[in-house]
Amino acid sequence: MLKRYLTSREALLFAAIVALCLLIATRFAGFVAPSNLLRVFNDTSPLILLAIGQMIVILTKCIDLSVAANLALSGMCVAMLNLAYPDLPVAVIVMVAIGLGALMGMFNGILVWKLAIPPIVVTLGTLTIYRGFVFLVSDGSWVNSHQMSPAFKAFPRSELLGIPMMSWVALAAIVIFTVVMTRTTLGRAFYAVGGNPHAATYTGLNVGRTQFWAFTISGALAGLTGYLWVSRYAVAYVDIAGGFELDVVAACVIGGISIAGGIGTVGGAVLGALFLGIIKNALPVVDISPFWQMAISGAAIIIAVIVNSRTRRNTGRIILKSAEKPA
Amino acid sequence: MSLSEHTTGRHIPDRLRSPLEARLKSWESLLLLVAIAIFVANSFASPYFLNAWNLSDATFNFSEKAMIAFAMALLIIAGEIDLSVAAIIALASTAMGAAVQMGAGTPVLIGVGLGVGLLCGAFNGLLVTRFGLPSIVVTIGTMSLFRGISYIVLGDQAFGGYPVDFTYFGRGYVFWVISFELVLFALIAVIYGIVLHKTNFGRAIYAIGNNPTGALFSGIRVARVKFILFLLTGLMSGVAAICLTSRLGSTRPSIAFGWELEIVTMVVLGGVNILGGSGTIPGVVIAAVVMGLVTFGLGLLNVPGIVMSIVIGALLIGVIALPRLWAMRRG
Amino acid sequence: MQMQSPALASADAVPVLALDRVTKSFPGVTALDQVTLALYPGQVTALVGENGAGKSTLVKILTGIYQPSDGTIKVDGADIRFPTARDATRAGITAIHQETVLFDELSVAENIFLGHAPRTRLGLIDWRTMNSRAQDILTGIGAHLNPEAKLRDLGIANKHLVAIARALSVDARVVIMDEPTAALSHTEIHELYELVEKLKAQGKAILFISHKFDEIFRIADRYTVFRDGQFISEGHIRDIDESDLVKMMVGRDMDQVFPPRDRNPGAQVMSVSGLCHPTEFDDISFDLGRGEILGFYGLVGAGRSEIMQALFGITRPSGGTVTIDGAAITITSPADAIAAGLVYVPEDRGHQGAITPLPIFQNVTLPSLGRTSRNGFLRLAEEFDLAREYTQRLDLRAASLDAELGTLSGGNQQKVVIAKWLATQPKIIILDEPTKGIDIGSKAAVHAFMAELAAQGLAVIMVSSEIPEVVGMSDRVIVMREGRMVAELSGDDLTPEKLVRQAAGI
Repeated sequence: MLKRYLTSREALLFAAIVALCLLIATRFAGFVAPSNLLRVFNDTSPLILLAIGQMIVILTKCIDLSVAANLALSGMCVAMLNLAYPDLPVAVIVMVAIGLGALMGMFNGILVWKLAIPPIVVTLGTLTIYRGFVFLVSDGSWVNSHQMSPAFKAFPRSELLGIPMMSWVALAAIVIFTVVMTRTTLGRAFYAVGGNPHAATYTGLNVGRTQFWAFTISGALAGLTGYLWVSRYAVAYVDIAGGFELDVVAACVIGGISIAGGIGTVGGAVLGALFLGIIKNALPVVDISPFWQMAISGAAIIIAVIVNSRTRRNTGRIILKSAEKPA
Repeated sequence: MSLSEHTTGRHIPDRLRSPLEARLKSWESLLLLVAIAIFVANSFASPYFLNAWNLSDATFNFSEKAMIAFAMALLIIAGEIDLSVAAIIALASTAMGAAVQMGAGTPVLIGVGLGVGLLCGAFNGLLVTRFGLPSIVVTIGTMSLFRGISYIVLGDQAFGGYPVDFTYFGRGYVFWVISFELVLFALIAVIYGIVLHKTNFGRAIYAIGNNPTGALFSGIRVARVKFILFLLTGLMSGVAAICLTSRLGSTRPSIAFGWELEIVTMVVLGGVNILGGSGTIPGVVIAAVVMGLVTFGLGLLNVPGIVMSIVIGALLIGVIALPRLWAMRRG
Repeated sequence: MQMQSPALASADAVPVLALDRVTKSFPGVTALDQVTLALYPGQVTALVGENGAGKSTLVKILTGIYQPSDGTIKVDGADIRFPTARDATRAGITAIHQETVLFDELSVAENIFLGHAPRTRLGLIDWRTMNSRAQDILTGIGAHLNPEAKLRDLGIANKHLVAIARALSVDARVVIMDEPTAALSHTEIHELYELVEKLKAQGKAILFISHKFDEIFRIADRYTVFRDGQFISEGHIRDIDESDLVKMMVGRDMDQVFPPRDRNPGAQVMSVSGLCHPTEFDDISFDLGRGEILGFYGLVGAGRSEIMQALFGITRPSGGTVTIDGAAITITSPADAIAAGLVYVPEDRGHQGAITPLPIFQNVTLPSLGRTSRNGFLRLAEEFDLAREYTQRLDLRAASLDAELGTLSGGNQQKVVIAKWLATQPKIIILDEPTKGIDIGSKAAVHAFMAELAAQGLAVIMVSSEIPEVVGMSDRVIVMREGRMVAELSGDDLTPEKLVRQAAGI
């Protein structure tokens, strides 16, 4: 069974991550200490959450460029909700954040499903619309740490078994979506719809509706991440997570999710996100200017996509019997 | 070999609709109406709108982006995309800034700007055509790579001290209110219009965008055409980098941040099918003007830039969604 | 030809599935016009008709992809509707499609059970049960496949077995087979026949759609003929012969007559020697003369198209020489081939041959733009002239030359594709399955045209899997098997029996 989840692509990436950690350890041994690795994981949690959602969208041959704007709007809304009603329990705040995010995802999904507008166009549009709405609802002002209730800020930092809640949320998402993707009909429908939409129709799957649910999940995760982001950094303003959508897509690409749809796993998305998270966290400790981060992740994306295309290259039909044996 | 000796087939007319009729019912006509409506609305909304100098200023809002949008339109029609254009601007601008520090004059700066643009375009083109990689992923990668190099070079610093005569490209006027950038924009529009609509190369672009395999089997050198389109997109990013750097007078690594999405929006708003195969240069020209007018008009009304982006985003989705909604309602 | 009433023909049993006066119209077209169809348990009904007869529309209605505009569908005598594909499956109707509509990235078991996977008590997919049930079904049809293998690692024949296993997994009572043998080899076809017999024995009603008369007469019990979207006739296959069936299909007497030809090739124009490829073909040598039609026959997957695509510059051969008009040439792209006077009309028209969203005239002039333009600038008037000249020559039916190619029927699209290549004024034309997927009337037109081209001195290479076409049109036939030339037949040696024996290696 293990082999099912650790197919060669994920295993290769995992090996690359281990190698990267070892390389960093030669410069700064403390980086691979468990406590530091946990810190890196915690720091990467938002990227992991968004990458899981994005993976599902990409599986269905779509792309969601609006996740960072969705995050910012959901985050701002719950921050202002907290400002207006400081006594509202965190559970309600979380539900509102997920709900708002899911609604924004549904809006993307409905345009893709019912009007058949290409997803890149839809989310390019909603990316600017959602971001603009952050300005409208906040009137351009910031919600600062001192304006947030203690409970609102405490949740992502509070620890369970020595691990912050933000990490637990990411871990829960990994477990839940691994089950969803491998053990539920909806999860398998995402693969089927992206792998062969034509065949999916013949199998009785509604391609558009499946894509709609993918956008809804991506949106809900973005909403949840919005709350976590705003509460952890204890600030909400218009430009939070600006341009983060491309990091999310990058994590998916590095994680071996095929932009053509139908190929990818939760594990891949998580590893892709961790790869970027490790680089981001390692640069300062190995004395490389953080300004290198962008170029390194760019190079990583290009290498990943080349490697993926090589391993995926079909051998093609071999007609000559004599050519079958070697190779 | 003569095959026309004994023609047996029935006569088939060239066209059923006149080209004029087709043109009137086109996307471009609809977009032109939108542009006129926005123009009229703006002139009622603000007394400052119908002023030659103000209108001239408005052109700076779109002319640099539109230069790239024309090349991007060709690329998207051919079924590819380049999200690294704004990063190419950053890298080209950084290279020009570095050249200035080494004492380069304006001619060298232009060479550096165009050269870096071409190199970046060639790199994208090579990855896409030689390795057969999806351009959206490749250029998300090179977008980080190119701008990342700018960050490595500049960090939180800036390059400045551009020569005085270099400022002409971004701030100069050819005569009266007609800026150099506007003239360049018009010139580039005409050139791209001719290339796409009047040449064999343009026809090849449409063929590739509609069916790359069919185009290859028809004797079109698909990889070469795509490579040239990436080169052109890089080159236009270099041109835009020269104009923008000249206009701003300094280079920071965050220069032109987020432009790639605005440029793609402009192209799609102009009626280019994001999936490839169709679109026109006049459409992109009108879309550029629409976006410029909206930004400018709302600016005159003191609407913040971020809110304008809502309008642009809504416009992008609306102009595509409304005809489809209307068609659904009817049938 | 006698018309039989459906009521009379079905007097012997109760149909599992019956269509009564089903109509399907699209804007401007009536694809099906009050058609009737009845399928009986334990019997194979062949659905026969030319392209455009409405067969694929019918399949889509039966599988819930399309909704009929009018008429009724009855299962076991009760009215039923299939709003979605899933409803059709629930009613026990399953289809094995022309193109394998399966999922390359999913496992064999999942391909079989997608949409109706066994679940655990928690509602989660039960992989273990799914794999073991898949194994049972596969074993039942004699397929030795690992249920956990990814589908993309399977060959085309095994993919078909998976599709059949899928059909069985839903406990279907009606199995629709849409040209199931189109991509199969000789032995694989025989295995499929055995499987069909098994399904019959299990009491399943089978709708068998095929263009191949030999297999219709071999495995069908009944037939139903459609023409131009209308029901023409039905009955027992034992009551009719091939020519009856052809008459019903085309609505007129039609024995396949090939145009008479003067079979004396002229001077050599092309010579291929020792052409080889690492994995696809080896040691291919032949000469071709002016006015000659050289046939290439072999089973699907024998490497014929691969050779032609290497000659045309799509793929690179690893060795060998090609000379045209005595000069050795190297072709590394289709553009080189066209410049050398060699053109290729591909088999896969929709994908490789036609650019369907572009207007007809632009399709025709695409490889000839060098001649209709000046210094790289288009000249529309010259394009229209060239397009008209060649499309009229092929008797194209179209509303206007600026109509989208995709709006034409398959036969007319093929005419445009051939016109496109003739407009380049080639010396050699390679036609890969030139009449595949076009109706009988258009086939005859293409054959007549080929003969005329040869008479005018063009050298023609024809790749074909249709034996009558190969025998009727070729001066000489090269038979391929597993990437190698195994025989060259001409004159009295060129018989259907010899072709089949050589191609199959028996």
